[in-house]
Amino acid sequence: MSGSTPRTLYDKIFDSHVVERLADGTCVLYIDRHLVHEVTSPQAFEGLRMAGRKVRRPDATIAVADHNIATTDRKSGIKEEDSRIQVETLERNVAEFGVPYFPVLDARQGIVHIIGPEQGISLPGMTIVCGDSHTSTHGAMGALAFGIGTSEVEHVLATQTLLQKKSLNMLVQVEGALPFGTSAKDLVLAIIGQIGTGGGTGHVIEFAGEAIRGLDMAGRLTVCNMSIEAGARAGLIAPDDTTFDWIKGRPYAPKGEAFEQAVAYWRTLPSDAGAHYDKVVTIDAAKIAPMVTWGTNPEAVLPITASVPDPSAVADEAARAQMQRMVEYMGLTPGQKLEDLKVDVVFIGSCTNGRIEDIRAAANVVRGRKVASGVRAMVVPGSGIVKQQAEEEGLDRVLTEAGFEWREPGCSMCLGMNPDKLTPGQRCASTSNRNFEGRQGPGGRTHLLSPTMAAAAAISGHLADVRQFG
Amino acid sequence: MEPFTVLTAPAAPLPLANVDTDKIIPARFLKTIKRSGLGVHLFDTLRYDREGKERPDFVLNQEPYRGAQILIAHENFGCGSSREHAPWALLDFGIRCVIAPDFADIFHNNCFKNGILPVRLPRAVCDQLMEDAKMGGNARLTVDLARQVVVRPSGEEIPFQIDPFRKHLLLNGLDDIGQTMQHAPQIDAYEQARGRDQAWLPGISAG
Ligand code: SF4
Repeated sequence: MSGSTPRTLYDKIFDSHVVERLADGTCVLYIDRHLVHEVTSPQAFEGLRMAGRKVRRPDATIAVADHNIATTDRKSGIKEEDSRIQVETLERNVAEFGVPYFPVLDARQGIVHIIGPEQGISLPGMTIVCGDSHTSTHGAMGALAFGIGTSEVEHVLATQTLLQKKSLNMLVQVEGALPFGTSAKDLVLAIIGQIGTGGGTGHVIEFAGEAIRGLDMAGRLTVCNMSIEAGARAGLIAPDDTTFDWIKGRPYAPKGEAFEQAVAYWRTLPSDAGAHYDKVVTIDAAKIAPMVTWGTNPEAVLPITASVPDPSAVADEAARAQMQRMVEYMGLTPGQKLEDLKVDVVFIGSCTNGRIEDIRAAANVVRGRKVASGVRAMVVPGSGIVKQQAEEEGLDRVLTEAGFEWREPGCSMCLGMNPDKLTPGQRCASTSNRNFEGRQGPGGRTHLLSPTMAAAAAISGHLADVRQFG
Repeated sequence: MEPFTVLTAPAAPLPLANVDTDKIIPARFLKTIKRSGLGVHLFDTLRYDREGKERPDFVLNQEPYRGAQILIAHENFGCGSSREHAPWALLDFGIRCVIAPDFADIFHNNCFKNGILPVRLPRAVCDQLMEDAKMGGNARLTVDLARQVVVRPSGEEIPFQIDPFRKHLLLNGLDDIGQTMQHAPQIDAYEQARGRDQAWLPGISAG
């Protein structure tokens, strides 16, 4: 590649991982890090076994159980048989194939997208894959990270490569600074509200601009986590000093001299001036308010001060029918103020908002207050390390004294694969990333929002504007 | 994937048309975490009674067909749901080749992905081969993929057609992964070059 053509961050990472370009433009793309969890890997390992293949690079692979595991009494094991079998299968597979694994009772266990960055396993300039769509999270490190299917999991285990065609480049430029009471979650919800759930389809989104630079790593991870909800293949943020400072000293990050060499390389990654984007969207951060979703896809989002939209005001027939269905499923009345919606459950956690910064932010709102009666509020840390850190800071006490449940790390109520599920008709204020019908349990109603907004809802007993909590 | 070259084995006659994938492997066995292990449930409702006891009249419960590696059937084999569990179950039982007048499309594709050779032969020929198969212990058929012939116990050779690319993949035991592995020298070279450029990058161990 000649140095003369300006390239984007995505171009640079993609180009540097092309092992071979095939005649039809498909590339054999080298994969630096492969994260494996219990749900999408069993048939992949089975495939290897049947073909007599090995894991090509166990030292580039890390496995953890997160989707299925109980977030209470960890030591007594998993009661649901299907779930238990999946975790046991993972444990057998990692032992047989020599894949590094963080066991369920290890402090390093946690949601796969939390622990990759936390351990320094996910680093700038890398290609990172996992059999899970929210692998886009790791793009916050300045890495090209995306989700894959089980057959591709097997492909990566066996060959350390994937067959890939290049996506288009999209730039989401966020100017200005986020106002008081808003966070990365509000920003990414607002972006999805503006560009739509299909806005990033066929593209890799690079998030840039003053507001993005101003985010800490936790916030950047939240933004990239949800880029998949905008339909993008992946989300990326250029690595900078915030990134490097955050990585330094993490267990699997380069150390000493090697770290300096790495940083020197990482500094070459940001997009060149004049690099071409196939699509550009500009967002004014200053106009963003605390956001909450009202419908059953992340695009159905409004500022907390708004009211439930009225389907009859929508001209397009298909759009009207869709809105009608969402309003009905969510049990809403058009014109009803979002702030008046009573909640039954509050869930703080997930790979979107299960980091220490998220728990701190929630605890700050909760401190000295009580969860409203009739509300079940739970906090599920993203990893054992996050949990430890929170306990050292006394955040668990702040939360439990207020009436929150303080749980063991895992995906938990983000998708209700373990016993943490909504019952039909229950309304939940959730810091997770998907509000699809039945996502948190059959018939459950999910409102996506930030950790501080979730805390405000827990205390108020209804969706609430965190800006009024001082 | 195991290469398919020359297979000489007992062939089981299954004189049924429209054998759907639900017959091959009923839906209740899909909650598995495995591709293997499905063989005991292959043709479950045909093979076992309600108590789970073998039905003695079903071909795969008889000798020498318990060890069959070839299956001969009638039209439209593998229709119905697209579940890849169907070829997984056949393979796990030991079937490497299915001979029938025609196959459902998705099933046909799934066979190749899993190293099973589907052979299309006219109905009359299938019936002839079924008669051969009924000769019990003497009923070994030979399927020679390289020469594209099925050899009857009498020695008579019956030619069949197959897509040349798929033939190549089967003969060499290549699936997607197998094909990518043909680029192994390039992957090795890439890794070596990266090892030099990015010596600072440590590997993972969970110690
Ligand atoms: S927390 Fe939710 S979105 Fe994240 S990996 Fe787990 S189930 Fe998927």
